[in-house]
Amino acid sequence: MIEKTSPRADRILLLAFVAAVLLGPILLAPFGAGYPDLLQKFAIFGIFAIGFNILFGLTGYLSFGHAAFLGVGSYAAVWSFKLLSMNVVPAVIFAVIVAGLFSAVIGYISLRRSGIYFSILTLAFAQMSYNLAYSVLTPITNGETGLQITLGDPRVLDSVSNDGGLPVTNLFGLAMNQTWETALLGMTLHFNAGFYFCALLLIAAFYISMRIFRSPFGMMLRAVKSNQNRMSYTGLNIRPYMLSAFMISGMYAGLAGGLLAATDPLAGAERMQWTASGEVVLMTILGGAGTLIGPVLGAGIIKYAENVFSSFNDQILAGFFDFLPDSLASALVWAASAFVGDGWQLTLGIIFMVIVTFLPGGLMEGVNRIRKWHEQRQRGNDLSSCSAKPAE
Amino acid sequence: MDAILLQILNGFDKGSAYALIALGLTLIFGTLGVVNFAHGALFMLGAFCAVAVNKLLSLDIVTLSETQTTAWGTPLEIRTPYAEVWFGEIGSVLVDYSVPLSILVAIPVMLIIGVVMERGLIKHFYKRPHAEQILVTFGLAIVLQEIIKAWFGANPIPQPAPGSLRGMIDFGAAVGFEAGSVVYPLWRLVYFLFAFVIIGAVFAFLQFTTLGMVIRAGMADRETVGLLGIDIDKRFTLVFGIAAVVAGLAGVMYTPILSPDYHLGMDFLVLSFVVVVVGGMGSLSGAVLAGFLLGILQSFASMNEIKQVIPGIDQIIIYLVAVVVLLARPRGLLGRKGVMES
Repeated sequence: MIEKTSPRADRILLLAFVAAVLLGPILLAPFGAGYPDLLQKFAIFGIFAIGFNILFGLTGYLSFGHAAFLGVGSYAAVWSFKLLSMNVVPAVIFAVIVAGLFSAVIGYISLRRSGIYFSILTLAFAQMSYNLAYSVLTPITNGETGLQITLGDPRVLDSVSNDGGLPVTNLFGLAMNQTWETALLGMTLHFNAGFYFCALLLIAAFYISMRIFRSPFGMMLRAVKSNQNRMSYTGLNIRPYMLSAFMISGMYAGLAGGLLAATDPLAGAERMQWTASGEVVLMTILGGAGTLIGPVLGAGIIKYAENVFSSFNDQILAGFFDFLPDSLASALVWAASAFVGDGWQLTLGIIFMVIVTFLPGGLMEGVNRIRKWHEQRQRGNDLSSCSAKPAE
Repeated sequence: MDAILLQILNGFDKGSAYALIALGLTLIFGTLGVVNFAHGALFMLGAFCAVAVNKLLSLDIVTLSETQTTAWGTPLEIRTPYAEVWFGEIGSVLVDYSVPLSILVAIPVMLIIGVVMERGLIKHFYKRPHAEQILVTFGLAIVLQEIIKAWFGANPIPQPAPGSLRGMIDFGAAVGFEAGSVVYPLWRLVYFLFAFVIIGAVFAFLQFTTLGMVIRAGMADRETVGLLGIDIDKRFTLVFGIAAVVAGLAGVMYTPILSPDYHLGMDFLVLSFVVVVVGGMGSLSGAVLAGFLLGILQSFASMNEIKQVIPGIDQIIIYLVAVVVLLARPRGLLGRKGVMES
């Protein structure tokens, strides 16, 4: 399955993506998602999902342990804050490198098996990392409490700024929690430094993923997905390709983990739990595995649902239905309240089952189907106006 | 020696639970070729059958005492379960034995859940890639656990074992060691015996009944069995139902050992997948063997003497074994050729 692409279409897609990401605080404000915390999560989990997609979408290897790399990236970044400086640049670089090395080791072992065995191996490694982070590695991970920055940290590069409070993460002096607020059309817009840092990296991540998708390396990975045996029979050793893909996606996860720490300097073991790995799988599948834009879309939808649906309570719901008669409205509120608030995961599970069952290609496949249907209808109109097709 | 015996016994109850869940999982793998990530949820549903039965049986009537008062001077409220009001002595025994009694409820309930699940969802996924099977059943597992959370809340709900089975047993004295050397909770032995009976029943069913023979034939070669004019789909629905019942019963009886909460299923799911893989996918005896083996290994690894030498080993031993087995023997301990290999 190779979609029709052209450099021009890619350029338009990239431009549209850049515009959408940079205008995020404006575009998402009407949906109640324009606040810095959530915007940062969109960007960070977008990066995570893009990285996961490079492995799963291209090669079809379903890793159930990618949260481990996210967690390792977070720990590495927080250690960089503790030891070096509160600057985010070394922290992020450090996170990517450590996650890359970690994924090289796990990938080297896990990639000896394929299919369900590969999934179980990655799952086993991630659970091991999670359990170790919780118990034995407490000197490094601070166990259940999670790793935090403290006033007593050495911070060899910028230990001067000790004014009593905990220092904030910064980009060469620009604090990550710096936010400019303006009003537009009755909405408050938040332009947050942390979000724009993540957004620029998201754009870079998207661009690199696009280059990988269009490169011979990407074609090789697709070939592995479509028929691994045939690849081996042609005399090709697929192992190095697979390992590179695994490492790249691990580094993306590490970058995402580093950014999580950069926007909120805290790392906990629960980030590495296998359900967190499941979440990134959901994001990728929901948006459309193997497509460029799908994973970002899926990450956005899931994080939106998690943060916005879960904050709905009965009062807000009652507001939705207040145009209905009282008894009907209260019945609807009761029914709907099972799916929002604490129950938002129920909605997520249902959406997910429906998507996998009816639209295995994710939302992007839905978009493509609609587009194709539209094109066919137009072509149908064109055909009916010209003469009959000659027989072949 | 008695320390070793104690660890082996300790491993049995966890091992039994692993073995029972893995047995159902691998039965589904072997026959239907489906990777069922909702299997842990079935275990959890079974556990909540016990919770529901206990809640029903202990529904009570509140009366105000005529003689006793509280510290505030108001009459003391006395709660009497309806079961006692209606059946007297027998009623209180019923409440006491709610966990074993739940088995009677759990069997039909789990069978129905299993059949509905297979007919409604799983059957559409036979021909689809394993990744999609994993994903859809994972979604189903989330839905099931959220429903349970909505009904029963997020906190663990302790289920007492029947009074007569609650205490400890001096196992050491029974097998000829010094009295008091190996003291063990009675209910855990009950659980082990129960698991033994269930595993035996499943194997006997597959070995000695005609239906079991057809299912085994289906595991070996589904197409040929279908060509013989046997409606294999109907049989396989039953297989799924049986697997659900086995997982559910394992959950029911496990409740006195570990208070059930809504993510019980997810906790056991990962472990039981590891068990299945270690045992060899599609191998029933492999699943049982690996279940007990890993349970016992885990209890040895959590001994203080061993933890001091290798810290943290108790947390990761199962995964470590899984990695080693997968790399050294890709098919697992008793795996057959050609199962789940593509």
